[in-house]
Amino acid sequence: MLLGPSLLLSAILFSLGVAGVLLRRNAIVLFMCIELMLNAVNLTFVAFAQLYGASGYIIVFFVMTVAAAEAAVGLAIILAIFRHKQSVDLQNINLLHG
Amino acid sequence: MTISHLVWLAVAFPLAGFLVNGALALGRPQAKGLVSVVGAGTLIAAFGVALGVFLELLRQPPEAPIIVSLWPWMPVGRLQVDLAFQVDQLSSVMLLVVTGVGSLIHLFSIGYMGEDPGYARYFSYLNLFVVFMLVLVLGANFPVLFIGWEGVGLCSYLLIGFWFSEKANADAGKKAFIMNRIGDFGFLVAMFFIWRAFGSLNFTDVLARAPTVLQQGGALVTAITLFLFLGCTGKSAQIPLYTWLPDAMAGPTPVSALIHAATMVTAGVYLVARTNVLFAMAPVSSTVVAGIGALTALFAATIGLRQYDIKRVLAYSTVSQLGYMFLGVGTGAYVSGVFHLVTHAFFKALLFLGSGSVIHAMHHAYHATHSHEDAQDMRNMGGLKQYLPVTFWLMLIATLAIAGIPPFSGFFSKDEILAAAFARGAGQPVYYLFYAMGVITAFLTAFYMARLMAMTFLGPNRTGDRERGHLHEAPWIMTGPLLVLGLLSAVGGAFNLPGFLGGHAALEHWLEPVMARGVALFGLEMPQGRTELFLIGGAVLVGVVGLVAGFRVTLSGRILPAHDAPPDTGFALVLNRKYYIDELYDRVVVRPLVWLSRVVLWKGVDQGVVDDAAVNGSARLSRGLGWLGSRLQTGQVGVYVVLFLVGALWVLSAVAR
Amino acid sequence: MTNAVFYLFATLAVVSACLCILQRNPVSAALWLVSTMFSLAAIYVLLDAQFIAAIQVLVYAGAVMVLFLFVIMLLNLGHTSSDIRGPSGVAAAIVLVGLLAIELFTLWRYTPRRLAAELAQAPAFGDPGAAFAAGEFARQETAARGVVGAIATPLFQTYLIPFEITSILLLAAIVGAVVLAKRKV
Repeated sequence: MLLGPSLLLSAILFSLGVAGVLLRRNAIVLFMCIELMLNAVNLTFVAFAQLYGASGYIIVFFVMTVAAAEAAVGLAIILAIFRHKQSVDLQNINLLHG
Repeated sequence: MTISHLVWLAVAFPLAGFLVNGALALGRPQAKGLVSVVGAGTLIAAFGVALGVFLELLRQPPEAPIIVSLWPWMPVGRLQVDLAFQVDQLSSVMLLVVTGVGSLIHLFSIGYMGEDPGYARYFSYLNLFVVFMLVLVLGANFPVLFIGWEGVGLCSYLLIGFWFSEKANADAGKKAFIMNRIGDFGFLVAMFFIWRAFGSLNFTDVLARAPTVLQQGGALVTAITLFLFLGCTGKSAQIPLYTWLPDAMAGPTPVSALIHAATMVTAGVYLVARTNVLFAMAPVSSTVVAGIGALTALFAATIGLRQYDIKRVLAYSTVSQLGYMFLGVGTGAYVSGVFHLVTHAFFKALLFLGSGSVIHAMHHAYHATHSHEDAQDMRNMGGLKQYLPVTFWLMLIATLAIAGIPPFSGFFSKDEILAAAFARGAGQPVYYLFYAMGVITAFLTAFYMARLMAMTFLGPNRTGDRERGHLHEAPWIMTGPLLVLGLLSAVGGAFNLPGFLGGHAALEHWLEPVMARGVALFGLEMPQGRTELFLIGGAVLVGVVGLVAGFRVTLSGRILPAHDAPPDTGFALVLNRKYYIDELYDRVVVRPLVWLSRVVLWKGVDQGVVDDAAVNGSARLSRGLGWLGSRLQTGQVGVYVVLFLVGALWVLSAVAR
Repeated sequence: MTNAVFYLFATLAVVSACLCILQRNPVSAALWLVSTMFSLAAIYVLLDAQFIAAIQVLVYAGAVMVLFLFVIMLLNLGHTSSDIRGPSGVAAAIVLVGLLAIELFTLWRYTPRRLAAELAQAPAFGDPGAAFAAGEFARQETAARGVVGAIATPLFQTYLIPFEITSILLLAAIVGAVVLAKRKV
């Protein structure tokens, strides 16, 4: 049974993704770290699918779909912002401050 | 339906008068004729009702007081208070005095206030006052009496400050009202005690059950009566709450006559007489009442010796005579106290109205020559006997009455009180002291009244050569009531002529059903035979000596007009300045209170706590919280991610627990 | 044997992830992420999810990451200064990730207890994995229909509606991406 080690790996990858999100200022690299987090979660679902049936696979399927859609739209937004500000550094994007 | 059941008409007539005159005051103040008719007419109608009630009671004396309940006012739980009037012997006597003397003063006012622009307002207030005074004397329970009690205080304020555009007059009105309120606090506390003890506030209930519910001489009944007496000191101007009465002379003279001589100030005496059972059961309180009465009588009489304003002398005289009345009811001689109340109403009203007539003449004189002299200062008068003869002779009758010279009314009432004090002294020696104080006061009373008469009417005239030609007697509308009052002052003694002088002690018998319980509990034995003759002789002698001394001393020296007169020195100055009591009160009571209100309560509590801390503070708190919230919105994704993560961690921790 | 392979690919995944988040060059970061995804695909195969492994490579590594690379090159991001946050950011990251790690670790330790509880309810079997009926059923399906069939059956039967909605979602994403990235004409 690879369930235990898989879950541990998933936890580590998720933590690394979170660390990346907190550490990087580049918007695109931030996105990539988010993808990393999503992958870690996929691993968890697949690991549990062995015990709890095909639902795990289905959820992974959908997660991938949504992640793809999200990546497309998110990158489009970043493109639009880049055209405005000529930078993707998140520290410069603060027009919504209160 | 007997007339007694229509006693509410006596209240309704002046009430209608108040409303009509009030409307006229607001709408058509120049309709003076109508105001006069309505104002005085309603009073005369009320007097008619009073007379009817009295005659009916005379024909068929009731065994128990007739209660006329108008409507249930406060049915709350166990408390059942109706707006009810009580018709019995005591209230009928008070009814007659209030409406009778009131009618005469209303008639006098038509002449006195004839040229005043606030004529309609004056009569509306005066009618309102009579309404409240009648509610007071007719009340069948403590709350209704209290309505009247407070109402007369209000009307007193309105009428004292009638010419309110002068700050001094408005201040006098305020002073009267506030000092009354201090007394009212005592009244209220007493009412609360009575409610706790009896579960009822009706006079018939309380007075009948008092001997069984309360312990004779116990702490509770003493407390009740002392608090009631506190109310009386406020309303009837006794020590320590008397200083408003001399200041109240700022109001029109008929007001002084009605309110501060005949009716309102006697409310305290009426209250003690009404609750005589309670006072009889508390010997300590009765001694306090008698003591303060005697002390006030003496104290005020000394101040009156050195006042120059004619109304001030009469004001202190009123305070002093009220002291006599309290001495009477404090000694258990409730009937004597009420008797002196009635006779005092006659001769004091006469004195005030007479002085009003004098002031009226002086005003005309000074007005005609555009002089700014004080029309009320006796040093500016003198020798007015030839210009105002009717006023002079009538005021002389009143002076003889107040000095206690037989056969005038004051002699009988005052003598009874002094005799009662002397008799009580046998049981409680302190009453001998009160008796002595009463005798000295009688001497001083005669002295200052003689001084007043001498300075005003006798000797050379000091008014001024140009003014003299304008001095004239008052019109008949003013002298008419004076005549009636003079007659009553002269023969009023007949109301309670004692037995050995051939009378029937009519008033005493009349009031017996009301006073019997109290008198029995008090156990007073009036002196008889030789002791009585000796006391009477002493009182008369003192009065005569005082009068003679007063006339001689005043007329012997040379009196200068007010603007030339030298200021008083030494003890005379102290008397003239009323022993500086007003200044003492100001320093000890008023200033700390004002300081407390201004610094602590206004700046500290109101501005500081309520405004600043509570209202502004909550605003500042909201602003602060909002500011804190705004710090969260930096617009930077990194910060948002961190917050996001913190929230997620928190939720996760709930699962991980 | 399986374990050894697993640990190999697991190590590869972790190392790739670390390098991904620490690389200065965004292209390098993207490529290292691709490496992570490949490792994960291998692990999926080990976990008997062959179809998922395939679409992981096809969709994730093949489409999504390519998109990322396209955008990076479009924006000409090349050699910029380091975009890793300063000391305060590092401190915050350490604290928060530490907390997260602790919590996840706690949850990970909890799993065996829960599984043991469920096992206690199931009839005794030789293979513990066979105690879970759903998983066993999935294996039977796989044996009967093949790997793709085992997923397709629930997808088009039980989860049909989410499937259709996802198609609408994708449509919305396409339209949105096109509109957002368009130059103003």
